[in-house]
Amino acid sequence: MTGLYKSTYKNPLINWFDSRLPILSMMDKEYGSFPTPKNFNYFWNFGALATVNLAIMIITGVFLAMNYDPNADNAFASVQHIMRDVNYGWLLRYAHSNGASMFFIVVYIHMFRGLYYGSYKAPRELLWQLGVVILLLMMATAFMGYVLPWGQMSFWGAKVITNLFSAIPIVGNAVVTWLWGGFSVGAPTLNRFFSLHHLLPFVLTGVVFLHIVALHITGSNNPLGIEVKGPADTLPFHPYYTSKDSVGICVYLIVFAILVFFAPNSLGHADNYIPANPLSTPADIVPEWYFLPFYAILRSVPNKLLGVIMMFGSIAVLFAIPWLDTSKVRSARFRPLYRPFVALALPASLFLLGDVGAHSPSGIWIPLGRIGTAYYFFHFLVLMPFLGWIEKPLPLPESISSPVIKPSAVYQAETV
Amino acid sequence: MADSSTYIDHPSGGDVTKRDFLTLVAGAGGAILVGAIAWPLIDSMNPAADTLAVSAVEVDLKPVALGSGITLLWRGQPVFVRHRTTAEITEAVNTPLSALIDPSAPATDGDRVKAGHDQWLVLIAVCTHLGCIPLGNKAGEKRGDWGGYYCPCHGSQYDTSGRVRHGPAPANLVIPPYAFENDTKIKIG
Repeated sequence: MTGLYKSTYKNPLINWFDSRLPILSMMDKEYGSFPTPKNFNYFWNFGALATVNLAIMIITGVFLAMNYDPNADNAFASVQHIMRDVNYGWLLRYAHSNGASMFFIVVYIHMFRGLYYGSYKAPRELLWQLGVVILLLMMATAFMGYVLPWGQMSFWGAKVITNLFSAIPIVGNAVVTWLWGGFSVGAPTLNRFFSLHHLLPFVLTGVVFLHIVALHITGSNNPLGIEVKGPADTLPFHPYYTSKDSVGICVYLIVFAILVFFAPNSLGHADNYIPANPLSTPADIVPEWYFLPFYAILRSVPNKLLGVIMMFGSIAVLFAIPWLDTSKVRSARFRPLYRPFVALALPASLFLLGDVGAHSPSGIWIPLGRIGTAYYFFHFLVLMPFLGWIEKPLPLPESISSPVIKPSAVYQAETV
Repeated sequence: MADSSTYIDHPSGGDVTKRDFLTLVAGAGGAILVGAIAWPLIDSMNPAADTLAVSAVEVDLKPVALGSGITLLWRGQPVFVRHRTTAEITEAVNTPLSALIDPSAPATDGDRVKAGHDQWLVLIAVCTHLGCIPLGNKAGEKRGDWGGYYCPCHGSQYDTSGRVRHGPAPANLVIPPYAFENDTKIKIG
């Protein structure tokens, strides 16, 4: 269908523009008057926070790239040049490196929100899966970004992670040589990681766009996990949620600023201030904190191929969650049996795995790692399908409005 | 294209038509074209010619003390050259193949060193698990329960012949191609 869009803007100039390219009308439809469930809690801030965080990462990253040198001989020194000589270089770098940590904090909470309130269930399966794709892209981008300072942890982290692919039967070693562009992590590896680290965030932005398109087709889930019944259940996105998101953004920026200005190296590893040395492996190779649980899963299996499969499987299982969860009820608020598992046991197992991943694999850390790994897979592959069948959920409210406007109606419904 | 629904692509008998042929040829041609364009991009990421040009390394063994070893770089990879003690050689020779995690050749100690030079063990110093450099080449470093090498990353252990004895590493340390030029000099590569 062609022809001018029937813009409703009064200003003739804006109307002229919007009739030919109706992005103003589109923005108003998707972010102005967009009907949004009126019962969001602050967990629903984290999608907006992630978007803001992505923007911060791209902006600081583009400016860092203006002063960074991806040559293996100069990379380490150029990062120090950014820190010491470039005007506000320290701020750009600390905002970027701590921004990566903030990004994972925000996205992990965003995912927990989705798990707790069942946001992955029909009709939002694809929306959830696009989110898992975003997580994978984030992980790849963060990993390659961590290599760029070319310190000891950069080098040996890159060596260990790329070597994961050598577990592939038959072609494994050829794949690793191809990834490296040589027979070890070296100058060609650093160059290609820099190239891809610059590219992937834009791919990520594309998938975020699809994630939001899918969200605006199905509409948001909400803390009650029931569908919107009518206009009484919704509020326009602006000004209600633009303002609520703004509160969250302020808190987020406070936490971010505390990290950047008072503890900029607290989440990093001191060994990365030693230039990369291919002849000396650090006593303990530890990935960044946001990879620790997955690293612990890798190390909890004493077989190389199986360990790698389990580690990738821990992400792959997330794609299947919409069908692993057999419960008809979305929100864990109405699922008395499932609620403690998703709210306490799953986060506890991940914190445990994170702690295990930070310690060298000996003594008590080996059985602890296996317990954490076992629970992680048990939760998704056994508990989710099984509890959905045997659990008797609490009665759901009739609509989003009913518990808000008439609490007595819910009380009656529950007691009848 | 509003009236495309009135087109009849196939005669009612379901015979193969010229249009089917054209679709197949166009599809196959397109796939070949995409592959032909993609391959140079993919192959450009493989090691470049100057990386592949293997330069051989000559190593003087005279300064390497008994019971100790040296580490050098060959093709960007670290290589261990270790001067083994008689006790270490005896232990390696007496280990039955059935005690090994990876009994594939070269697995006997005799196959892993050059005849007549069995005090010299030459290994690519890359753990077969995830590529860390094991400890133990220098005297005084942690050598693990089998007296050879210990990988600090994930706890793999190797014996005095560089054979894996404790996981997660799946394979023995690799022996690079090398030859003795005389009794105190080897050439790797």
